Amino acid sequence: MSPFIDIGSLDDIPRQGARVVKTAGGCVAVFRTLDDRVFALDDRCPHKGGPLSEGIVHGTAVTCPLHNWVFDLNTGTAQAPDTGQLQTYPVHVNAGRVMLDTSRHQNAA
Amino acid sequence: MKKKLVIIGAGMASGRLLEQVFEAGPGAWDVTLFNAEPRGNYNRLMLSPVLSGEKRYEEIVTHDDAWYAAHNVDCRFGEPVVRIDRANRVVYSGSGGAPYDALVIATGSAPFVIPVPGRDLPGVVAYRDLEDTRAMMDTAGKDAVVIGGGLLGLEAAAGMAARGARVTVIHLMGHLMERQLDPAAGYLLQKDLEKRGITVHCKGATKAILGTTQAEAVLLEDGTVYPADLVCMAVGIRPETRLAVDAHLEVERGIVVDDALRTSDPHIFALGECVEHRGQLFGLVAPLYDQAKVLAKTLLDQEAVFAPVQTATKLKVTGCDLYSAGDFADAPGREDIVFRDPGRGIYKRLVLENDRITGVVMYGDTADGAWFYGLMKDGTDIGPMRETLIFGPAFQGGAAPDPMAAVAALPPEAEICGCNGVSKGTILEAVAGGACTLDQVRACTKASGSCGTCTGLVQQVMALALGGAVADAPAGMCKCTDHSHEDVRRLIRSLGLKSIPAVMQELGWTSVGGCHSCRPALNFYLLAEWPLEYQDDRQSRFVNERNHANIQKDGTYSVVPRMWGGVTTPAELRAIADAAEKYGVPMVKVTGGQRIDLLGVRKEDLPHMWADLNAAGMVSGAAYSKGLRTVKTCVGKEFCRVGTQDSTGLGIKLEKRMWGSWTPHKLKLGVSGCPRNCAEATCKDIGVVCVDSGYSIVIGGAAGMEVKETVPLASTPSEDEAIAIILAVTQLYRENARYLDRVWKWMGRVGLDWIKAQVVDDPDNRRALVERFETSQSVYRRDPWADLSTPAETPRWAPLADLTLEAAE
Ligand code: SRM
Ligand SMILES: Cc1cc2nc3c(=O)[nH]c(=O)nc-3n(C[C@H](O)[C@H](O)[C@H](O)COP(=O)(O)OP(=O)(O)OC[C@H]3O[C@@H](n4cnc5c(N)ncnc54)[C@H](O)[C@@H]3O)c2cc1C
Ligand code: SF4
Ligand code: FES
Repeated sequence: MSPFIDIGSLDDIPRQGARVVKTAGGCVAVFRTLDDRVFALDDRCPHKGGPLSEGIVHGTAVTCPLHNWVFDLNTGTAQAPDTGQLQTYPVHVNAGRVMLDTSRHQNAA
Repeated sequence: MKKKLVIIGAGMASGRLLEQVFEAGPGAWDVTLFNAEPRGNYNRLMLSPVLSGEKRYEEIVTHDDAWYAAHNVDCRFGEPVVRIDRANRVVYSGSGGAPYDALVIATGSAPFVIPVPGRDLPGVVAYRDLEDTRAMMDTAGKDAVVIGGGLLGLEAAAGMAARGARVTVIHLMGHLMERQLDPAAGYLLQKDLEKRGITVHCKGATKAILGTTQAEAVLLEDGTVYPADLVCMAVGIRPETRLAVDAHLEVERGIVVDDALRTSDPHIFALGECVEHRGQLFGLVAPLYDQAKVLAKTLLDQEAVFAPVQTATKLKVTGCDLYSAGDFADAPGREDIVFRDPGRGIYKRLVLENDRITGVVMYGDTADGAWFYGLMKDGTDIGPMRETLIFGPAFQGGAAPDPMAAVAALPPEAEICGCNGVSKGTILEAVAGGACTLDQVRACTKASGSCGTCTGLVQQVMALALGGAVADAPAGMCKCTDHSHEDVRRLIRSLGLKSIPAVMQELGWTSVGGCHSCRPALNFYLLAEWPLEYQDDRQSRFVNERNHANIQKDGTYSVVPRMWGGVTTPAELRAIADAAEKYGVPMVKVTGGQRIDLLGVRKEDLPHMWADLNAAGMVSGAAYSKGLRTVKTCVGKEFCRVGTQDSTGLGIKLEKRMWGSWTPHKLKLGVSGCPRNCAEATCKDIGVVCVDSGYSIVIGGAAGMEVKETVPLASTPSEDEAIAIILAVTQLYRENARYLDRVWKWMGRVGLDWIKAQVVDDPDNRRALVERFETSQSVYRRDPWADLSTPAETPRWAPLADLTLEAAE
């Protein structure tokens, strides 16, 4: 069985914004960029747990809303001088539906 | 006996198929060709030049009667097929059947019609065939509305405009052709279309087409009405699969085919826009021609495999030069290279992945499009030429974009110094007349001699004239631009820039979508400058302003309803208490701003809680905003034995006039009834200390990280005048200050004397400032939750999905 789960329509995620998906292992933030790319990362900032889904999305980066750490959505890595790493999850859009694979999460949990 | 090949649909794809079949296997098949249109194949792509008058229909016919006759094709034009009998291998049109050994379904696409009232009225057309085109050719001197700002819609719009129609394009998304273009390129395209008289309305949702016997107008959800003698719906296409569905072939979004173009029935093939191949649909001809080649081989019993390649798009509107190719969607590990030349209206963007090009967007200069496309198609490693790649094949020593381009592009009459009304031309004249230092220019033109915030721009204009470098140019507002805050504000005004993509393009931003520092600033500058035209961009706001609540360390929020001047009622307190209980608020606290804070609210509860509070007559206290926060008051002369004026009343009046307004930083007011100053007015951004003779207005206080005492701005015996001065100074601050400068910081930059000259000494200017403030308030004096706690919006505050249950299974 495919590990990808249909979590909703692409239109439900604002451009340059994110929505949260609750999973057994914690919340995952699903981002949509200006040009409709989607990315999924943990919704917990490694600094002090800020909800990254509420950050400002610019290009393929997001700025944490609590203390402005910046993360690359591709890799989940914090931009220097800060150091930190977010778990990323496979996600893609198929026929306007957002398909997310959180198996990494559940294995860890 | 020859085998019988029946084809349904005489379009672009089947036309190419027939050419291939007759060439590679002459005499192999007896062909019967049905077509719903009463004619054979013509070049559908060229309908736009026919519409605009650049070509005649006769010039775009690809297969004429003589061609069909020469190949013995049994033409059944004007005969739509209505049924396929798979068991007996016969297809039926209205006037009889045709048996087949092999059947090709090539029915193309059907235009999508949005289900709004009035869609069936005469005068509503799609853009698909010659009939539609003829209807649109007949619009000279009339009003036409095109719904849909994609490729097709814009070609329709430009074509009708060329015929002399008054055309409006209504587009649902934030910018034109969002599937192929990013906002910067979309902005340039919109500008070009507007130059040829086409009105463009983005973010417009069609509600209805109005009219009784004929289309007369189009009504949008936001209430706008556009007159329309003709409405063209160009919102998209879907594969024409009805025959296949009725025949129980496998159909997903399109008719499912394998690599040989065979459907789930081995005797039936499908070709063109009606097919779905490995989950993909097709809307451009290049891959359809490849399909035709493959299917021709299949029909001649040769092996062939269809493997689609990426396609490039060009808009066929003379004078709008755009090119887009490849994939911008949906894969990690991608980077961008952006080039902007504001002076010439050029924009280029490459999307890279692992040093390979995956996408190209170009506007204004598309000469290198094919070169980039080649690199993309071949998967060339561009690592070695990465630095100069964006400049194209001919230019491998690329100069950086010119940061002065925006200033160079300003017309001579553009105002540079607002205080003294000095234009770019005047400064250029002064330089030509020998002034070569800032002081000299200042002395002979007065430019930058008052508030001084235009200094950077004046220096740039001078540098332009002197051909030299700019002496100590102010630092850029962030890493995305070399322009300072003040320059950006002025250029927004003098270039008439009305959107974030417009600013980024015209001022040569070096990033794709800005960053977390410039986006909120630009959003504020634009809404302060164009309150009636600019639409607030929520995604460019910090979380608190986006969610209209203060985020807490644990990701919950706090809710602070407004309490006008710190005064409340039992009913309001009851509503707050009810909300606190209903939503399980962990802490209820009195704030330092004379109101009540409900702390620890979950995001998904915010709209519900606010629906309750709104119903009790309360509005957001904006405790989160760079905007008006609180107006603190004391009891004043109504109750206090030493009070001199009604400080509570004045505070409430001020808060009622000013709530909802956005400002460069937070704005706090205080009104004390006497110099004992119980409302701490002398450490507020703007304060009033009442005295026997009237009102003393003070500004520039703060009690945050730096404690600042206010300085006197004005004294007046009249409450009305006090209010006018306060509104005027607020508007001046809104129009003039850097984003995130509080009043005291701004005052330090421009000087108290300058502020006084604007709002105290010059009553006309004061009146004009108040008027502009009120204009802005006509939009922003509105509770955000009135729009956000609606049934449509509420679900957006909750998680998109909850997978905790799935995991448990
Ligand atoms: C709730 C409140 C504290 C309280 O429990 O009383 C408060 C809470 C916060 N203040 Fe404050 N300030 C509150 C009154 C004040 C006051 C007193 C006043 O307004 O009379 C001051 C000093 C006066 C002033 O502003 O000059 C004050 C000076 C600050 C500052 C420093 C500003 C500065 O220019 O130095 C910040 C930081 C900032 O804005 O960048 C700040 C920021 C904050 C933030 C928004 C921190 C943040 O960025 O998230 C706090 C939000 C907590 C929350 O989750 O709700 N708060 N804060 C007060 C809300 C007043 C209201 O009803 O709206
Ligand atoms: C105005 C316009 C401009 C375009 N510009 C471009 C461009 O610049 N570049 C590009 O690549 N593409 C462009 N396209 C798209 C391109 O025209 C299509 O991709 C292409 O025509 C699809 O070919 P097709 O053979 O699948 O379908 P079509 O060409 O649409 O042919 C299908 C035919 O089947 C007929 N039919 C449908 N149902 C039945 C039935 N039941 N019985 C009998 N006949 C039936 C239809 O009447 C039609 O004639 C444009 C399209 C339009 C409308
Ligand atoms: S002083 Fe203000 S910002 Fe600091 S902890 Fe208290 S509420 Fe938060
Ligand atoms: S919690 Fe994200 S930056 Fe501090």
